[in-house]
Amino acid sequence: MYFKRVIATAIILMLGIWFAGCTDSAAHENENPDVEAASERITVGFSQLGAESDWRSENTESMKATFTEENGYTLIFEDGQQKQANQIRAIRMFIQQEVDYIVLAPVMETGWETVLQEAKDAGIPVIIVDRKVDVSDDSLFTCWIGSDFELEGKKAAEWLNRYATAKGIAPTDIHVVNIQGTKGSSPQIGRTKGLADAARANGWDLMAEVPGDFTQAKGKEVMESLLRQYADINVVYCENDNEAFGAIEAIEAAGKKVGSDITGGEIMVISFDGVNREAIRYTLEGKITCIAECNPLHGPRVKAMIEALETGGTPEKFSYVDEGIFSADQTVDVLNIDGTDYEVTILTEESMSGDDKNR
Amino acid sequence: MASSNRTPKAGGGFGDKLKNMTDTNLLLTITIVVFFAMYIGAIVFQGKGFLKPQTFFNILNAQAALIITACGMSLVMITGSIDISVGGVVALVSMCCAVYLDFHNGNVFMAVIISLLIGLAFGAVQGFLVSYLEIQPFIVSLAGMFFARGMTTIVNTNPFNVQNEAFVALKETRVIVPGFGSVNKLGKYVNAYVELGVIVALLIVVLLFFVLRWTKLGRGFYAVGGNSQSALMLGINVKRTKFLAHLICGLLAGIGGFVYFMHVGSGSASHASGMEMNAIASSIIGGTMLTGGVGNIIGTFFGVLSLSTIQNIVSSAGLDDAWWTGITIAAMLCLFLVIQSVVMARKKRTLKGKG
Repeated sequence: MYFKRVIATAIILMLGIWFAGCTDSAAHENENPDVEAASERITVGFSQLGAESDWRSENTESMKATFTEENGYTLIFEDGQQKQANQIRAIRMFIQQEVDYIVLAPVMETGWETVLQEAKDAGIPVIIVDRKVDVSDDSLFTCWIGSDFELEGKKAAEWLNRYATAKGIAPTDIHVVNIQGTKGSSPQIGRTKGLADAARANGWDLMAEVPGDFTQAKGKEVMESLLRQYADINVVYCENDNEAFGAIEAIEAAGKKVGSDITGGEIMVISFDGVNREAIRYTLEGKITCIAECNPLHGPRVKAMIEALETGGTPEKFSYVDEGIFSADQTVDVLNIDGTDYEVTILTEESMSGDDKNR
Repeated sequence: MASSNRTPKAGGGFGDKLKNMTDTNLLLTITIVVFFAMYIGAIVFQGKGFLKPQTFFNILNAQAALIITACGMSLVMITGSIDISVGGVVALVSMCCAVYLDFHNGNVFMAVIISLLIGLAFGAVQGFLVSYLEIQPFIVSLAGMFFARGMTTIVNTNPFNVQNEAFVALKETRVIVPGFGSVNKLGKYVNAYVELGVIVALLIVVLLFFVLRWTKLGRGFYAVGGNSQSALMLGINVKRTKFLAHLICGLLAGIGGFVYFMHVGSGSASHASGMEMNAIASSIIGGTMLTGGVGNIIGTFFGVLSLSTIQNIVSSAGLDDAWWTGITIAAMLCLFLVIQSVVMARKKRTLKGKG
């Protein structure tokens, strides 16, 4: 029949090309110097976990702005849309495309062993950014760069502790709820631990821990239901800014006021990230009382690592980003955590315009 | 159709060749030709990963579950119905299996049984409501979808990876495809492989193909979808046939759920989100019509492959933002619908002209 012949031809053609491809890639090995000279660009495959928050968008933007063709890179970007399966698919694609480096921002900590082993077998170094991977063999990835999420949590909690002490608020009068990030992700685990440990140590009333998936919509939804369940909430600990925006919306819709005067009936919002202007604006207005910074500008840092690897160096296995803590309230000026002092950046209108220039 | 048999074989132009095919075969040919054209185009113009057989097998590995659920979807679509609960069922199955294996120390065999039972239960209830109580299938399966997604969250809220040893061993099992492979960056020859789920998917495709083509039941599905009045007059039990289609679709969603679970190895409420829509899209690309009576399982198989090939092409072409994939799929669907309707219209015209 007519169509059978068409299909048979197509299949034979494809198989032929595949087999030709096999021998071709073997031949490529020899002419490699030529090819290298023609395009000296380094190909980087970046599997981003999604686009759930402003932090994430800034992070993606930073990578795209760094690995440009002018800088001598070709970036293949893959959005995992919050699914590990998509990210694994993307990494396998990078391996088939023989990229020079794989950069992975993993959505979860577990479940990476197989695919990282495949990358290792293919001789492609993997750089992990932001969240960590939980693998039994550390040699499966080259290095990791990101934030110390537990330290961020500790900073925010310590800020609250200093503030309460300074204002003479009894620990038992602090009724705090935690709107958590995506369950099982490194920032959620670290920031939740920071608060939970502090609550236990200081004797705060930690009423609820509910996941808000790092999104504004979910943050609002969770806060609405928390407000219905607990009448006496006076501190909301949001594990990122987008959740804080949602929570503030819910609090204001319920006819309550956000602010730092928790003995006067206001609800204090503590948040993380501090990446966009809106978050800074909210802080200046006193809607968000305190933000522990989480810096998303990983592009240049990853580039430095790749440059080190290219010249035969070995970057440090785990590198943490230095981060600060912001507030418009002047009650607390310095925090001491585990013997190290962290200065609180007091935000004012002037510091904000200066801040903009930095970005 | 009967008149076309008398067309002389010699001197057939394009129109005559079209006429000699049934609607189903014609649409199938279009799908397969477009798929190969696309893949060969990708090899020629993009090269890179597409040159390697493993890229193709990776598509199969990642889409085995979609192939299975799309087969079920095509079946209900052939009978003129629809089932949009399959994605939810897949999520529910993987979560139940994950919880059973890790929290209750279950064994893999029982996990398979659980998957099948969940699938059958959804298929039976929805099939009963659709065929015997004559409720709109869209509404019934919409409820089914919400129910399955909700149940998944009730079973367990947090996503987690399964550690059960027997299961992990099964998940890691790879079947080497003899004769295929490529040389990697380190100059080592690597054999191409597929996961177990791909074998299951291929078996189901072949089995369903035979059932639809050569059994009484299979022809019954087409008859019911084409025109249920005449099917009734032909003595086909329309209600039972529709019920069976939904039951099989549910069962395939269950199997698809386990295959999906075997691929990802974790349970999560957000698993397989949008899978039902991909299944419908694949079926349509494969030449199955939403109006019923026309469709082919082999077409669906190529529909799934086309869908994921275009995704691969889009992302390796550097159109990196997530929405590009959506837009290309939309464009591809439109293209297929237009090609299909143009060719069908042309065929009808040539038939009329000569008959």
